[in-house]
Amino acid sequence: MHWSDSLLAILKDNDIRLTAYVPDNVLTPLIAGVYADNYFLPVAATREDEAIGTAAGAYMAGMRGAVMMQTSGFALIANALASLVLPYQIATVMVISERGTMGEFNIGQSLVARTMRPVLETLGIAHHTLTDEANMPFIADSAIKQAYATQAPVALILSPLLTGGNPAAKAKLKLPKPS
Amino acid sequence: MNNERNAVKTLNRTALTDRLVRGLKRDEAVIGGIGNTNFDLFAAGHRPQNFYMLGSMGLACPIALGVALAQPERGVIALEGDGSILMGLGCLATIANLKPRNLTMIIWDNGIYQITGKQRAATAGASDIVAIARGAGIANSAWVRDEQHFDELIDRRFDDGGPALLAVKIDDQPGKGQTPRDPALIRSRFMKGLGTGRSAGLEI
Repeated sequence: MHWSDSLLAILKDNDIRLTAYVPDNVLTPLIAGVYADNYFLPVAATREDEAIGTAAGAYMAGMRGAVMMQTSGFALIANALASLVLPYQIATVMVISERGTMGEFNIGQSLVARTMRPVLETLGIAHHTLTDEANMPFIADSAIKQAYATQAPVALILSPLLTGGNPAAKAKLKLPKPS
Repeated sequence: MNNERNAVKTLNRTALTDRLVRGLKRDEAVIGGIGNTNFDLFAAGHRPQNFYMLGSMGLACPIALGVALAQPERGVIALEGDGSILMGLGCLATIANLKPRNLTMIIWDNGIYQITGKQRAATAGASDIVAIARGAGIANSAWVRDEQHFDELIDRRFDDGGPALLAVKIDDQPGKGQTPRDPALIRSRFMKGLGTGRSAGLEI
């Protein structure tokens, strides 16, 4: 099964219906998947902090949500995490496609990527880097269940090792396929 | 468009929030934006369906959107300041495209960042919140002309007729109350008010 189909199945198993996102190349199959399945309620947000707010509102009103973004989008949400999600104890599942590493062509992406894990660590937010299809279902499923059980956010980081990375980067840098 | 904005009377947020809350009859959810907006919501009398933001400036409408999508049969009202909505105008486009019929946004526009020292906001100059909302695709957007017009506009069921946006020119007075700064308690009580909370036998 393609990694995106597995991940969507895990979201569904955990009753996550609302999927708020800002588009990204790597997320394309996930976004297409939520539009192809009436179970999901996609929200095309204009900014990542807006998506966090909408998912927070839905959670409090009884609908679980996931927020999908790329690395640079995560850099926009520190305030929403520190002043909404964390103090109000709102379970929030973040799916972050990892740019800025393993063949990045955009210097801005490579620099902003350095802020992601330090911010997650500083805020004490659980985060897991998903690198292969074999371990992904266990990690994603258990991390999501823990987030809801403990009313906490969690970040699932989609490594290029899992997704193959950004197709545009592969074309530009003539990257080999990950083994 | 600017004529519509200039023709309105300057009103008072505390008084109008009180009028709004006293008129709610169907357990509508009300999301109070950061600062004076939620202070006045609290001052109008706590209700279990109130959510008070103590941070995350600009997210009152996105949070209200999430509530509206999750509970489509419940009316949902976002109260937000002009400085706050200016921080996240993109949500108006998101809301316009999703068209939640049970979402109403009320923007209190004093043209200043009152709580940080009355610095001038873009809304004191060229920027017209109603024109912005209409341009984003929220056709049901209006400037509130006076108290009577406000009463007419809120005398309806909030679970239908949206998305709607009302912009109100207000004076420079601060909020009246002070919301308790306990976010976990606010969230817990709000969820209980929406029927989604875990009681786990801990209720008194």
